[in-house]
Amino acid sequence: MSARPALLLRVLAALLVALAIGAVHAQAVRDATPLEFRDEAEARRFHDLVAELRCVMCQNQSLADSNAQIAHDLRREVFELMREGRSDAEIRDYLVDRYGEFVLYRPRFGGHTWLLWLGPVLVLLAGGIVVARIVRSRSRQPLPVEEDQEW
Amino acid sequence: MAGNRPVLAAVIAAVFLGLVGLLLYGVLVSDRADRTALPSPLIGKPAPEFSLPVLHEPGRLFESRELAGQPYLLNVWGSWCPGCRVEHPVITRLAETKRIRVVGYNWKDEHADAMRWLEQFGNPYWLVLVDYDGRKAIDWGIYGAPETFLVDAQGIVRWKHVGPIDGTVLERDLLPALDAIGVPR
Repeated sequence: MSARPALLLRVLAALLVALAIGAVHAQAVRDATPLEFRDEAEARRFHDLVAELRCVMCQNQSLADSNAQIAHDLRREVFELMREGRSDAEIRDYLVDRYGEFVLYRPRFGGHTWLLWLGPVLVLLAGGIVVARIVRSRSRQPLPVEEDQEW
Repeated sequence: MAGNRPVLAAVIAAVFLGLVGLLLYGVLVSDRADRTALPSPLIGKPAPEFSLPVLHEPGRLFESRELAGQPYLLNVWGSWCPGCRVEHPVITRLAETKRIRVVGYNWKDEHADAMRWLEQFGNPYWLVLVDYDGRKAIDWGIYGAPETFLVDAQGIVRWKHVGPIDGTVLERDLLPALDAIGVPR
């Protein structure tokens, strides 16, 4: 019986190693010192800004929500850029220049994002046209008279 | 209007096939190891300027302009990073060909840990830069390790890879990228 737990342990250890190797693009872990805001307004501005920015590592979380080390680094960077007196737009540009449009939860309208923004409208329009044509063509047809109606 | 029927059927079939194609593409892409890798906006742009300490020479600051004139590979690593260990033999093999300078970018690491890692596995690097707090890494758009950048002789970033460089990535992407910027074999 004593062999069993040992085997189990070994399997568990192997699994853990496999998991660790699976995470091939990784992050260093280090303590995060909390940011200190001067006043309520600054804190609100910071939180509004980071909620709109996307974490680049854990790609379905905002910078505000993420616990990844890089999210912490980027939050600190955003905070320091704010302290330097940069505007929200400048801070967004700063991050887009380095990490790409991906960091914006609301991508800007432009040559490469027009389809993203206008796509739903175009699909709705196309659907509307199809429906309108069907309705019009049906309305032109005489009502079907069915001979074997029972009423 | 019966004449519209075939057209309508064709449109519906086209939309359906389009959707099937899109989903199939999604399934195929989901298999790729680098599906979450972000394309770097730095490609085609000058590499960020920096002034960073050198791992093996405490007190010395290395200026980015000292790298100008010759292409180099910037390899982001840390002793805490499992993927870096995976790619280490490949990086070493490439560095040993002396085709290109491989500059190590020791990211968010402790000095002693980094030194021990290099001692244990071997130091393939021409130079190891230290970014202890990760401030400069933001300019490069670094968000994890390993990441690797190819910078040409003019200081323009030409290629980037997120995740470990294995034999496949080396043969398929990196060596052709070296050829493309005219690094002699």
